[in-house]
Amino acid sequence: MKAKIILKVATRSIMKSRMRSLLTALGIIIGVAAVVVMVAIGDGAQQKVEEQIAMLGSNLIIITPGASNSGGVNRGSGTFNRFTWEDVDKIKNEATLIKGVTHIVQSGGQVIGGVGNWFTRIQGVSPDYLEIRSWPLASGEFFTERDVMARSKVCILGSDVVKNLFPNDDPVGQQIRIRSVPFRVIGVLKSKGQSSVGTSNDDIILAPSRTVGDRLSGDHMRIGSIQVSAISNDRIPAVMAELKSILRESHKLTQGEDDDFTIQDQSDLSATATATSRILTILLASVAGVSLVVGGIGIMNIMLVSVTERTREIGIRLSVGARASDILVQFLTEAIVLSLSGGVIGVLLSFLIAYILNNYTSQSAYIKPQIIMIAFGFAGAIGIFFGFYPARKASALNPIDALRYE
Amino acid sequence: MENILIKTVDLTKTYNVGEIDVHALKSVNITINKGEFVAIMGASGSGKSTLMNLIGCLDMPTSGEYFLDGINTSKLAQNEYANIRNQKIGFVFQGFNLLPRTTALENVELPLMYDRLEKVKDHQKQATEALKKVGLADRMHHIPSQLSGGQQQRVALARALVNEPSLILADEPTGNLDSVTSVEVFHLFQKLNDEGITIVMVTHERDFAAFAKRILEMRDGRVIRDAKIKDRLNAEEELKKAIAEAEIAE
Repeated sequence: MKAKIILKVATRSIMKSRMRSLLTALGIIIGVAAVVVMVAIGDGAQQKVEEQIAMLGSNLIIITPGASNSGGVNRGSGTFNRFTWEDVDKIKNEATLIKGVTHIVQSGGQVIGGVGNWFTRIQGVSPDYLEIRSWPLASGEFFTERDVMARSKVCILGSDVVKNLFPNDDPVGQQIRIRSVPFRVIGVLKSKGQSSVGTSNDDIILAPSRTVGDRLSGDHMRIGSIQVSAISNDRIPAVMAELKSILRESHKLTQGEDDDFTIQDQSDLSATATATSRILTILLASVAGVSLVVGGIGIMNIMLVSVTERTREIGIRLSVGARASDILVQFLTEAIVLSLSGGVIGVLLSFLIAYILNNYTSQSAYIKPQIIMIAFGFAGAIGIFFGFYPARKASALNPIDALRYE
Repeated sequence: MENILIKTVDLTKTYNVGEIDVHALKSVNITINKGEFVAIMGASGSGKSTLMNLIGCLDMPTSGEYFLDGINTSKLAQNEYANIRNQKIGFVFQGFNLLPRTTALENVELPLMYDRLEKVKDHQKQATEALKKVGLADRMHHIPSQLSGGQQQRVALARALVNEPSLILADEPTGNLDSVTSVEVFHLFQKLNDEGITIVMVTHERDFAAFAKRILEMRDGRVIRDAKIKDRLNAEEELKKAIAEAEIAE
């Protein structure tokens, strides 16, 4: 028999008892909608996290000092700092696929100026920093390479610092004292909001890296980390390899020696950040998947009733020349058409739910095309799996008994 | 030899019911030629239905051989049985056995759907032709519940004819019909038989057996009488008579 005819026969007998078919498919409808919505909510959450990570900067790669190893004893990350100004210079001169590189020299302390005082984070960076973090200035200007080399006492304020020290005035051009060292404010950063870990990005003062290193942290060797921006997203792996070889050479590591630094891109970061939400998604999707299986059992149940009810029809079909395999295919097709239509309605329903979530609640749901395909495939597989037994039962009927069945 | 449609050789069927063997058919030897109209008679339990099922390739014999149109069916596989039912045999049942909630036309198209050789390209046209033959062209799109018993049986007959079979098997075809309608159906049977279609029919009403050309009587799984019918009834004349009687009665 041709596929077209098989499909026609199957849809016809489904349409003959619409209400029952709808109720049968309901299990699949709810199951598919539940799976798609659950995964969509997980993906929506993940997308939010990714957006926040993207806010850190474009194509950002962070290099942190690794563990020092003295006499075979590992002493943990950051225990021994091996980054020097020369490391950064070498990267700047030799790396080919980068847009920019910056030192990050961390410090902190009491800041006095304007209307009062404030305790904040002070970061020593290079002029490339703004581009690397895609962080524009609200006013004023940024320092230059010459300021870095001259260890100029200039600084850029984050918007939180401005709010606390200069609530009414324009801070640009004003003097402040950072840990008693006088600095001139030359610019103000645009507000960036909360970071992915919940702290404010704007509670910060930026100053030339060497200024911070020499005049504030008191340890001119201490470069907390290096941040690099790759020229494009797909070049990140190449850039990471390049950085690795440059730093290994700079640190004179011989073959076989472990790296004494860690290079991380945002995918590492996002992987960590989304690990929890992913586990939750899997958990929710599995629960929803169970309802899909229950829906499949519903199909099997109704198909079994249907086979009994239509015993006579099966007898008639056999008597006019249908083979057992024709009957098998017919009932199997009915089960699959039922579950796939359930899948279609379920996906439509999930779009509706996602729309409602996105527009009327704070929860965001994002339906990926792949998840629709997976849900469909699953619905089809359930149709085959749970439709097979009833179809098998139908095809095993003996024509005489089937015809005589009342 | 060419003329023989059905030939059974020691056809035997034994059913195993629990510990007792029921011998439904005991070494039946019959030969039916093309163009015959045979009525099989007998009380219930005489084995006539079993013989019908075997002739109709709905069941397999326990032993013995059955040749249909020169094919030894005892050596065939299940799927080939299905093909024979589809190609060579048209069934007409007592209970009509039409698919409910399905139009007459679709019911008649049913055997064409299972025709693997795809002899017929335009199913709808072929089914319409068959319905015309039984005089139901104007009821094509009615579903069985909208048709009278006689009309339903004519749809069933059209379905039996649609694949142009060499044999029509009728199992108590008028068992559910009143006498006038029954005569109408026999009128159709006789007409088709005149066109050359072989008909084998099971009935337990001697009056109706008289529409056939030959009678086989069965008892206890054996054929006890095989005779030509001398005073064959002509259904067309009987129909006129019946209608006249009905008019007088009014």
